[in-house]
Amino acid sequence: MTTISNALLQPGTWKATAMIAAIVVTSSAGEVLMAAAMKSMGDLGQIRKRRGIAAVIRAVVSSPRFMGGIVFMALAFFSLLFALNHMDLSLVGPAAASLTLVTSTIAAKLFLKERVDRRRWTAAVLVCIGVYFLAH
Amino acid sequence: MPHHRLSFRQYLILAFVSVSVPLGDSSLARGMTRLPAISLAHPFTLIGAVFTPWIALGIALLIGYFASYLTALSWADLTFIMPATALGNVFVALLAHFWLHEEISWMRWMGVALITIGVAFVAHGPANTTPPGNLAHALGTGLENDGNLIGNPVEMERR
Repeated sequence: MTTISNALLQPGTWKATAMIAAIVVTSSAGEVLMAAAMKSMGDLGQIRKRRGIAAVIRAVVSSPRFMGGIVFMALAFFSLLFALNHMDLSLVGPAAASLTLVTSTIAAKLFLKERVDRRRWTAAVLVCIGVYFLAH
Repeated sequence: MPHHRLSFRQYLILAFVSVSVPLGDSSLARGMTRLPAISLAHPFTLIGAVFTPWIALGIALLIGYFASYLTALSWADLTFIMPATALGNVFVALLAHFWLHEEISWMRWMGVALITIGVAFVAHGPANTTPPGNLAHALGTGLENDGNLIGNPVEMERR
């Protein structure tokens, strides 16, 4: 009986896909924007040594890409809350975590021009499947 | 080919990125379960919860995670750091099994093995494959200015 009522409560496939896609896209956008902001600054550890922690914080906070990253990460968080309101954590958690790995790898290659060679692709896919297995 | 080897300090930061999230989440969970149930009618009791030792420790760990994650992104690729972050899940599974003596299903052990192999694949290669110049070119205008605000120490040292 519980299984039947749970099944009835679950949204349709398209709706569920859209909810998970929203989390995945916003998380990846947030990660890539944040990575772009940090890469543009150079080694923060070195900057802290030369100019102090205040200079690091000032540089990070004043970066538009960093602020954009924060906005997308907040959107990802609220998308996750919304999805959790409609679906089980056991589905949303692993699906979003593992798919984000793959989309972020594609985004890092396209937008950050990272050299994603065969080794990194293999790693992304292995970790993606691993995260899915571990969360079950 | 850009080939940036990591220093011991940078490996320490990566290790902290891996373990801080699971440790922080566990501290928060431990702190919150010890508190009496908080109802929506009294939301301000949540503020008091922040000052309890376990929750304060959890928050400190998560702030530390964010700071070390940003630092790591400044000298390593996103595709290098992401698998390292996933390694934290492996630590949790190992702690749960060997310290808390929890049963781990074969599927979870498979997950542990796959993540470990994946991280080994990435760790074997270069940490950073995008020199700042390439990135600025890739993303268009704006980044160069960001970089000039404080200068890029790695590039400055090369000069």
